[in-house]
Amino acid sequence: MPATGMYELISANKRNSWLLVIVLCVILVAVAGAGGAYFGGNDPLPSMLVFGMIGFGVATIGGLASYFMGAEMIMAVSRAHPADEADQRQLHNVLEELCIASGLPKPKLYIIEDSAPNAFACGRDPQHSAVAVTRGLMDKLSRNELQGVLAHELSHIQNYDILFATMIGILVGSIALLCDMLLRSMRWGAIGGRRRSSNERSGGGQAQALLLVVALVLMILAPLFAQILQLAVSRQREYLADTSGAKMTRDPESLARALEKIAADPEPLEAANRGTQHLYIVNPLKGLSETQSWFATHPPLRERIARLRALT
Amino acid sequence: MSAMLILVIILVVLAVIVIGMYNGLVQLRNRVQNAWAQIDVQLKRRHDLIPNLVETVKGYMKYEQETLEKVIKARGAAMAAQGVAATAQAENQLTSTLKSLFALVENYPDLKANQNMLQLQEELTTTENRIAFARQHFNDSVMTYNTALQTFPRNIIAGMFGFTASEFFAAAEAEREPVKVQF
Repeated sequence: MPATGMYELISANKRNSWLLVIVLCVILVAVAGAGGAYFGGNDPLPSMLVFGMIGFGVATIGGLASYFMGAEMIMAVSRAHPADEADQRQLHNVLEELCIASGLPKPKLYIIEDSAPNAFACGRDPQHSAVAVTRGLMDKLSRNELQGVLAHELSHIQNYDILFATMIGILVGSIALLCDMLLRSMRWGAIGGRRRSSNERSGGGQAQALLLVVALVLMILAPLFAQILQLAVSRQREYLADTSGAKMTRDPESLARALEKIAADPEPLEAANRGTQHLYIVNPLKGLSETQSWFATHPPLRERIARLRALT
Repeated sequence: MSAMLILVIILVVLAVIVIGMYNGLVQLRNRVQNAWAQIDVQLKRRHDLIPNLVETVKGYMKYEQETLEKVIKARGAAMAAQGVAATAQAENQLTSTLKSLFALVENYPDLKANQNMLQLQEELTTTENRIAFARQHFNDSVMTYNTALQTFPRNIIAGMFGFTASEFFAAAEAEREPVKVQF
């Protein structure tokens, strides 16, 4: 049985989530500190401390919020609304069947009113999880294909991929936001700041210039670094969720067909953005998913479909 | 004195081991019973859906009384069945009569488009799938329980306290392949 492998995977996911939070906290504090150094002028230490503290506060609040309210936040960002039990009988039925198959509690079910077919899961553990599907997914897929897609999402929940993906989505988003803000305010402050620093003694000026360079490099690299982290970890998980989803339904062909249909659909998903793209079953920002690159959140679809077909 | 003490310690250790094994077996047996309850819920659900189905279909199918009667009879037999193996057999029989009924429905376009019929079809499909998945879970639990029961040294404890192996819920021949329900 792959049970031990599964448990190792789950604990690795929990451990990685904590590591990630720490790394991203350090990045946030470093970026904030660098910003403080820039604005501090002559004596950068106090403002570095103040900015660093603010960065730490932002990281703590962001981390706690993404842990406790991550699913709700992501659903709100994705403009998803809860799926009505009576209106969406089939969707609820398919999900309940799979909960019996996997032994998981039933996640909250959301619908995104968009004709592009796609789906994702988020939350912190199986007891606090949510699955969203688009209107297009329900309209364009057969019952069995829908079952394949939902089984893929439930596998993400079972493996605790959602904890990691939810937290990284929100923290990467806040790092990008902070860096963006600092870089912008630097550009505005550059005129005034320059004048002041040209009057400094040469020694202090040199140290400050060095700090400035470090700050700039950090601010430019941090979002990039955070994003590469986000992407690398999510690629391998897709194969795994495909396989364990197929095991759940014992029907890999339906999931393969669903992936083909989703891939063939030309419409982009409007509610998806850079912070949430890695959550979806197929990358919703079209054009990215077909090539294997450092910046791909998902493995190439052709490869995923081939691996699924090899299971039959 | 010390020999006495050693004897007592050995007895206590033995008692602890026996208690541990006994409790383990009880836990596994409860898991099997719980898994059975899950199947039972779904089987009842299907039994409850069938009168509705027959009622809806009757108006359209004038010449298929025989098939309908078979479904009703199979439902009655399934509801009366006792024990895992007998229930499994009766339920599989019911599944196959339902399949032939739904094959006939294909010939009645009006019936196929009926809103009530569409809902019933969805409910029966999901129930069928739930039964299949619950059966997997049940058979897994039975396998774990039976293995624990039959291996040494638990088989001694099992014999002492009257634990008996559980039956599997056998799938119908046609369903051995990947579970896919298409009415």
